[in-house]
This record gives sequence, C-alpha cells and structure tokens, in this order.
Amino acid sequence: MKPSSLLAPVLALAPASAMAGSISIDLPRLNVAEYHRPYVAIWVEGAGIQPRTIAVWYDADHRGDPGTKWLSDLRGWWRVAGRNIGTPPSGMSGATRAPGHHTIPLPADLKPGAYTLKVEAARETGGRELVSVPFTMPKTGGKAAGTGEIGAVAVTLP
Amino acid sequence: MANSMLSKSLALLAGASALALPMTASAHRQWLLPVATNYSDEDPWASVDAAISNDLFFPDHFPLQLGQIKVTAPDGTPGKIEHGVTARYRSSFDVHLTQPGTWKIGTEGFNVMGSFKVDGVEKRVGRRPGPPAGAMGPGAPGGPGGEGRGPGGEGRGPGGPGGEGRPQLETVALDAIPANATDLKLTEAISRNEIFVTRGAPTDGLLKPTGKGLEFAPVTHPDDLVANEPGKFRFLIDGKPAKGLKLTVIPGGKRYRDAEGGYDVITDANGLATVKWTGAGMYWMTITATDNHPATPRATERRMTYTATVEVMAP
Repeated sequence: MKPSSLLAPVLALAPASAMAGSISIDLPRLNVAEYHRPYVAIWVEGAGIQPRTIAVWYDADHRGDPGTKWLSDLRGWWRVAGRNIGTPPSGMSGATRAPGHHTIPLPADLKPGAYTLKVEAARETGGRELVSVPFTMPKTGGKAAGTGEIGAVAVTLP
Repeated sequence: MANSMLSKSLALLAGASALALPMTASAHRQWLLPVATNYSDEDPWASVDAAISNDLFFPDHFPLQLGQIKVTAPDGTPGKIEHGVTARYRSSFDVHLTQPGTWKIGTEGFNVMGSFKVDGVEKRVGRRPGPPAGAMGPGAPGGPGGEGRGPGGEGRGPGGPGGEGRPQLETVALDAIPANATDLKLTEAISRNEIFVTRGAPTDGLLKPTGKGLEFAPVTHPDDLVANEPGKFRFLIDGKPAKGLKLTVIPGGKRYRDAEGGYDVITDANGLATVKWTGAGMYWMTITATDNHPATPRATERRMTYTATVEVMAP
C-alpha cells in the first residue's frame, strides 16, 4: 500500500437516528512485512430473509483493474450472497479500509426477529476469518471477536 | 517356527487384501484438475491440468491428450481450450469464461470391444493401435494423438502385463465383423469425465439429464460443495434412478498421506449418493454401471462410467 492510501477517508459517522442500530468492526493492526488492507463483507442472515449484504469493502480500482477477482476469497459471503449480486453496486460497496474502528448503520428496515450479523475478511498475503454475531431486532444487540483478521464486532441497538 | 508361521499368515493376509482392493486402486486414472471452480472476476480464465496417473492429482505417467477435451459454455454452445500445452506428464490449458454461469469441461468416450470366432479362430474387436474412425462414435473427438487410450481411466487396452506367450489375436473393426462370426461377445463402453467451473452464480443448464446412459444429476450443485455439508448426487441410467451403484470418492493429495483415503458410497433407491467429505480440497469421483442394454447392434453388454473432479471448499 502506498502511504497515500493512509489518507483514505474514514467513514463519516452519520448521526444515527433514534431508532437505528449500528455495527462496529475493529480491523486489527497487524505487524507483518507485507500488509494489504483486507477485503471485508458484512451481511445479515436469519428471520426468514435471504442473506442481505450490507457492505463490501474491496479494491474496486486495483491499478485500473476491477478488483472483483478476489471477491470469491470472501468465500462464505460469495456463496450465500456475493455470486448472486455480481459486481457489488455502489450503494453497498466501498474502498478497503485501514486498521482501526469502523462503524456503519444497521439497515433500519429489519423486521423484529432473530438475525446473525456476519463479518468476513480476507487479506492478500494474509488470512481469512469469519465472525458471527447473533442479535434480535428490535432490542437485543450482540458482540463477538475474531482472533486474527478481525477484532471486536458489535451490533448496538437503541 | 512361530515366526515363520506368522510371516506365512502375514503373506496370506497381504495377498488377500491385495485381492480385496477395489480395481480402481491400481488402475491408471484419468483426471482433470481445475485450479479453482468458482470465479468472481468479471473476465475470468479457468486453468486446468489433465493427466492419467495412479495417484491423484500427481501427474507422473501420461498427459491427457488435448484433442479429447471438449468445452461447453453455460448456454450449451461449444467453448474452446486456449494456451494448451502437452508436457511430458500432463496437459495444461485455459478456458476463457466469456459467459456467466456453469461451464462443463471434459472428455467423452464411446468404444465397442470384445471378441468373436470365425472358422474356429478367435479374433478381437476394439481399439488397439489405430482404431478405425467409425469405431469411435459420436461425442468422441479422439482427434490426432488419441493414442488409442480410452478415456475411461484404464491406461492401456485389454491384455496388459502378463500377456507374454499368448498368441496375438487379430483385431478387426466393429463394422468388419463377418456375417458368419460366432461366439460374439461385444461390450459397448461409454465414459465421461468432467469438471464444472462457474463464473458468478452456478447454473444447471448443463446438468439436465438427457435420459440416455449413465448420467450425473446432482442435487447439490458440483460448484457449491462445502466440507461440512454432504454432497448429494443422483445418478440415472436411461433416465431412471441408478440404485445400488458404488460411487468411489478419492481425495487428492495421497502423496502427503500414508493411505489413499478413498471410500465408496452406494446409491439409494432414488439413485442418490450422499457423500460426506473428509475435509476441504479436490476430490475425484467415479461410478460404473454395467447392463445388457447396449445401443450397438450385436453387442451384449453396456459398460458406463462417469467420472468427475469436484472442489470442496472450507466452510
């Protein structure tokens, strides 16, 4: 990664509306010789819905190349959702993110019921990990943590 | 004394277990091995190795001839192999996945072999060096360099080792069997060996049964296999469930284990084989059925073999 990529925008935290929940994800800083930011897929399963992709962070402009070649490395997401979507639409995709704490909104239209948040990360020259966080709409959030590619993950409900 | 008794019974045991080994344990196997089966790239190329060898997927015997390999695009139109190279022990090629969906890459073989007598002299029918073009039937591209090898997995024709001293029988083409032939024993051998690779979401356009011969009719898509979920594959013969057949499943990578680790799964009344995987990786599966419904006139037996290499992902 070039130093310039360190300047990549940190997601502007939209002030959450009173009813909406949020998802927080820590991407660990890894002390490795060759570090590339991970591809990350974030989706929700359960309560009788089709797996629903919330966000995909990937290298959509890999030196002029669409970085879709490595989306299938997010093999859990690719199987249940990614391959049915094709190239992730801009509404759900974004650039890869730097290590640190990231917060994104939970879709406001999730009906009451039991769900599992899935966060999967795969890193070039690195590993792959999947973290699952059960939560129940509208009241009960949850948290879990990975051991390698992903740090703490939490669903916070108002 | 006791020692020699022991070694004698060990030798007997060894002999017995050698006999009990499935035939495939010693046969040369034909295999195709894709680098990966699922592609997310917008302009993907699938790379494939193909060879004939004992161990999977360890090419140390003979390359599969590129002319035998047929590619079918998801919409059923023919695809092509590119960048093909035949090395000493394996062939390698690419397939440009220009359409989304599931592609089929593989070989088809059709052969009739056997024997008959004419005026008391036994003669052979079959391939042997330089089979006549007419003996290969449809769907057997053969092409240059077919080398007289059947795609069914045997490395060599009938006879094999230990045939020394036997008189060489004259081999004639199927359509050259004289009218006064007696003791006619003809077997129609049909074989297919396939891999499936998918760009984007899997499709099943190429997996629809035609109702002819032994067919692979998977319930679990062959490009949707995960180690912690059984693969469910139906087999049909002439469109009907193929009950009680033995599907042999062998994981690749024997080189790094003591044992081959293959196992058999028997198809149930619906022709369904439910395969549990021993882990993620590439697996070679083969199934054979024999019946007395050949399409070839005067043939008495039909032997059908279906073989596939599938990729099983980690959960």
